[in-house]
Amino acid sequence: MFTTILISVLIISLIAAALAAVLAVSENYLGDYGPCKITINKESELEVRGGKSLLALLSQEKIFIPSACGGRGTCGMCKLKVLEGGGPLLPTEEPFLSDEERDSNVRLSCQVKVRNDIEIQIPDEIFAVQEFKCRCADILELTHDIRQFTFELIEPEKIDFVPGQYVQLFTPAYEKSSEEVYRAYSISSDARNDGKIELIIRLVPNGICTTYCFDYLKEGDEVKLNGPYGDFQLSDTEAPIIFIAGGSGMAPIKSMLHQMVNTDNKRKASYFFGANKVSELFLGDLMKDFESQLADFTYVPVVANPEPEENWDGETGLVTEAVKRQIDDASVCEAYLCGSPGMIDASIAVLKELGMKEENIFYDKFA
Amino acid sequence: MNFGSEISQAFVVCISAIFTQNILLSYFLGLCPFIGVSREVKTSIGLGLAVIFVMTFTVMLNWLAYHYVLAPLNLHFFRFIMFIIIIAAFVQFIEMAIDRFSPVLYQNLGVFLPLITVNCAILGVSLFMVIRDYSFIVTIGYGLGSGIGWFLAIIAMAGIRQRLANERIPKGLQGAGITLIVAGIMALAFIGFTGVLQGQ
Repeated sequence: MFTTILISVLIISLIAAALAAVLAVSENYLGDYGPCKITINKESELEVRGGKSLLALLSQEKIFIPSACGGRGTCGMCKLKVLEGGGPLLPTEEPFLSDEERDSNVRLSCQVKVRNDIEIQIPDEIFAVQEFKCRCADILELTHDIRQFTFELIEPEKIDFVPGQYVQLFTPAYEKSSEEVYRAYSISSDARNDGKIELIIRLVPNGICTTYCFDYLKEGDEVKLNGPYGDFQLSDTEAPIIFIAGGSGMAPIKSMLHQMVNTDNKRKASYFFGANKVSELFLGDLMKDFESQLADFTYVPVVANPEPEENWDGETGLVTEAVKRQIDDASVCEAYLCGSPGMIDASIAVLKELGMKEENIFYDKFA
Repeated sequence: MNFGSEISQAFVVCISAIFTQNILLSYFLGLCPFIGVSREVKTSIGLGLAVIFVMTFTVMLNWLAYHYVLAPLNLHFFRFIMFIIIIAAFVQFIEMAIDRFSPVLYQNLGVFLPLITVNCAILGVSLFMVIRDYSFIVTIGYGLGSGIGWFLAIIAMAGIRQRLANERIPKGLQGAGITLIVAGIMALAFIGFTGVLQGQ
């Protein structure tokens, strides 16, 4: 019996090892495409070793293309124009590209493999994206599953961002994940304090990055971030604002409210913040400060299912129901939404019902 | 059995695997990619071709591994693990090779190849090949026929789903619901072939 088990394990291990060796040797030979040239915006040229995705090679050269899914082809954010050498469009890219984008050679950089010389075009603002070496300065528990992480910038020492933008946090390989990943989080801090970045992060069960942040990241640890990215930002109009967010969706809205205080913005604004229980509300004191500092700002916390012992006397039900109760006519307003896809879609439907034009609704939907 | 009769048996088994013993519609193996990738005929052709290719070659490799490694060492019970390892390694290798030497073919098949690693129809065909004690030549016919049968089923389903896209379907049945019902009806239609040919 023991001999049989031993022989079985030995044979299977040998076969698996032989196959793995064949694959490793093959990859070394087949996966190496030699030196390739990436020409960017007809100006600069990069010499790279072909065989990896365009996204990975650009990131290796410190050019960071936004990608919320870390290069798996599921978020559709890492778009750029490939003018030459990208090969045909792949079926994995098709769902993310409009007809107009296909006609103008837009591709997903995580799906385009560099096999030869390639010419690409990327927006100038991407070059403003930098990698930041930071130190985790503070971790503040906001609810049972949401924390605010404050990072002090070490190099470069300052960040220039527009409230509403996001950064990508690098997660190294650790005990529970052998993979190195980047994940996108909205900046929640005051842009005037440019020597630090605050992120509000909700724990995702088994999430690679959030598990690292909640269980392994300690104050004083060094981390890497890159950014800023995104075009979610306050418009330059006088239209009254309706902010709607839930959970960690608070982050970009908080940053925008700091901006409104800093610029003495007198626009009328209401902030509907949704939670399931009273214990899931956070930063209430800061919101009260905003109410006193801003000319016409109202904070409306909405609790879906308050427990009787919580003595909640504020708005109840879904956040969208509270919006309906408090706003009669949204036709002249603008809305800024941040949260889960379900909440954003429901909010858009309600705002349109209240007369808001779709082009006045801006949102940052969690991927 | 001489070579000529083996070839003719391989042919019968091949035709039988396409119609009367269709791996998808008779045994309901490989349903995941069948439901997931049958929205468009074009993508279904890509996946179907990849299945034919991988099924034919992995069943051959698995036959060799079973008869020349597992059987002589009396390790039949290890066939599940062995077949899975061989399928995964083969798919990985083929993906790399196609990517390198035939970018056009990679464009059509490459993205579907990783999907096939977890297609239980591939493993199912290798296991049936052992249970039915097929010879090597017959196994090739069986692998090829099963692949073509799967290809045929997914193309038919994609054609039906493309037409269904323009039809009004009750909300509760949209997507996977109506696809499973259509698969059931297609399976009933394939039962019509039963008895025409006995390939086992």
